[in-house]
Amino acid sequence: MQNKIEVSDFNFFYGEFQALIDLNLSIREKQITALIGPSGCGKSTFLRCLNRMNDTIDGTRAEGRVLLDGKNVYDPDVDVVELRQRIGMVFQRPNPFPQSIYENVAYGPRILSLAKGAKLDQLVQKSLEDAVLWNEVRHRLKDSAMSLNPGQQQRLCIARAIAVAPEVILMDEPCSALDPVATLKVEELMRELAQDYTIVIVTHNMQQAARASDWTGFFWLGRLVEFAETANIFGSPKEELTEAYITGRRG
Amino acid sequence: MSRQQTQRLASVLITLTAVLVFVPVIVVIVYLIWQGIGAISWEFLTQPPRNGMTEGGIMPAILGTLVLTMGTALVSMPFSIATAIYLAEYAGDNRLTRTIRMAIVNLAGIPSIVYGLFGLGAFVLAAGFGTSILAGSLTLGIMTMPVVISTAEEAINSVPQQFRTVSLSLGASKWQTIWHQVLPHALPGIITGMILGLSRAAGETAPILFTVAAFYIPTLPTSIFDQTMALPYHLYVIATQVPGMPLRVQYGTALVLLLITLTMTLIATAVRTAVRRRRDW
Repeated sequence: MQNKIEVSDFNFFYGEFQALIDLNLSIREKQITALIGPSGCGKSTFLRCLNRMNDTIDGTRAEGRVLLDGKNVYDPDVDVVELRQRIGMVFQRPNPFPQSIYENVAYGPRILSLAKGAKLDQLVQKSLEDAVLWNEVRHRLKDSAMSLNPGQQQRLCIARAIAVAPEVILMDEPCSALDPVATLKVEELMRELAQDYTIVIVTHNMQQAARASDWTGFFWLGRLVEFAETANIFGSPKEELTEAYITGRRG
Repeated sequence: MSRQQTQRLASVLITLTAVLVFVPVIVVIVYLIWQGIGAISWEFLTQPPRNGMTEGGIMPAILGTLVLTMGTALVSMPFSIATAIYLAEYAGDNRLTRTIRMAIVNLAGIPSIVYGLFGLGAFVLAAGFGTSILAGSLTLGIMTMPVVISTAEEAINSVPQQFRTVSLSLGASKWQTIWHQVLPHALPGIITGMILGLSRAAGETAPILFTVAAFYIPTLPTSIFDQTMALPYHLYVIATQVPGMPLRVQYGTALVLLLITLTMTLIATAVRTAVRRRRDW
């Protein structure tokens, strides 16, 4: 099992406030890594550090290293635009563009000139198939993405993300706006995707982390308290704080 | 007075005030139509003035105003939209951007006659364009920029942040994000601001007084270096400078000018309403 991302001595600041403190962890290739912890513990911030989405916020500062295939993504010679193509993202609320289903998926490939014409049609179909949405939308690709239900919208967002062929997919509480059935569908989908992609998911839902992930990291007040295989975190946590949190005594 | 009475009195007063606001508009429009409709005829709209401008039509002035409006759009639109994009998407909060914003606010407060004199000095004389459609368009263009910039900036800011975030997360560059996600969604708002700015420009007299407007040219302009007649200035001329001018023609001219600007405002409103209804975020 290879490490896709290696984080070492990583610190992150919003102005004076230090949001992430001395993080060290490795994210395994083609595995699902779940990040859990109470609100404000820094897990979403950490997620956004991986594809440098925090760069768009004024006054932020990162120290330390985030190695993607051995290359620090914070090196000055890194092209952020290319980095974000390699590390895709799915957000908390389903957020399709207010355009057609087809246009949503085709947007990324068009921007990056990955395909056009019939090739683009194929790519859109492939992405929708991989996101297990194709059968539901194949006859209505020209319809507005807003006409889909939230669960479908979120799978559309996943299709949109994988259409640009990323290596890593970051998911920021992707199911928090979905009902249980739609949530399960997304979790099944994540399993499928993990065959081809490295997945990092932030979740508030303890069962989801236990069900759907291979590795789990527990964040508390900007620190990574414990990082281990999911079975170990939920079976025999080493840290008292971890145990208190996952059993609901602290949160 | 009981509470109910106070309440009733307040709502009556407030309603009255609101009615008072649009009474002048209605009165002006109705009065102009009543007095001017008799002057409007096919000949009035399609013929040049004759007989010391007391007869014939106002076609050169109508056409001049339309040409100037288009010229104004060509000058104002690219600069205003570029400035709005800069201010909304690129500019941080520093001394330069604060200066730019202050300049825009001040530009909006400058009396139109000052624009006219500036145009005379800068475009007619210094740049050597002479009194011409070019000089007039530039002057009017600068005058409309503040309102177009601020409405365009507002339109850009009202595009949900998540569209930008998603686009960037897919590997789009900042400019691609602006071009493919932000501008298409902001465009209706930008167009609305543009039309409102233009409808004001179409009705202005002072800025064109020294830069382009001709007292009387029966022929049509053939190049951007020609002078042209224009409705607002023509109205001023026939109302104050021509003895024995029939009132009917003055009201007719005013009515045509009003209809042009009113149409533009209505189009702007229609665009905005249509888009609001279609938008689903």
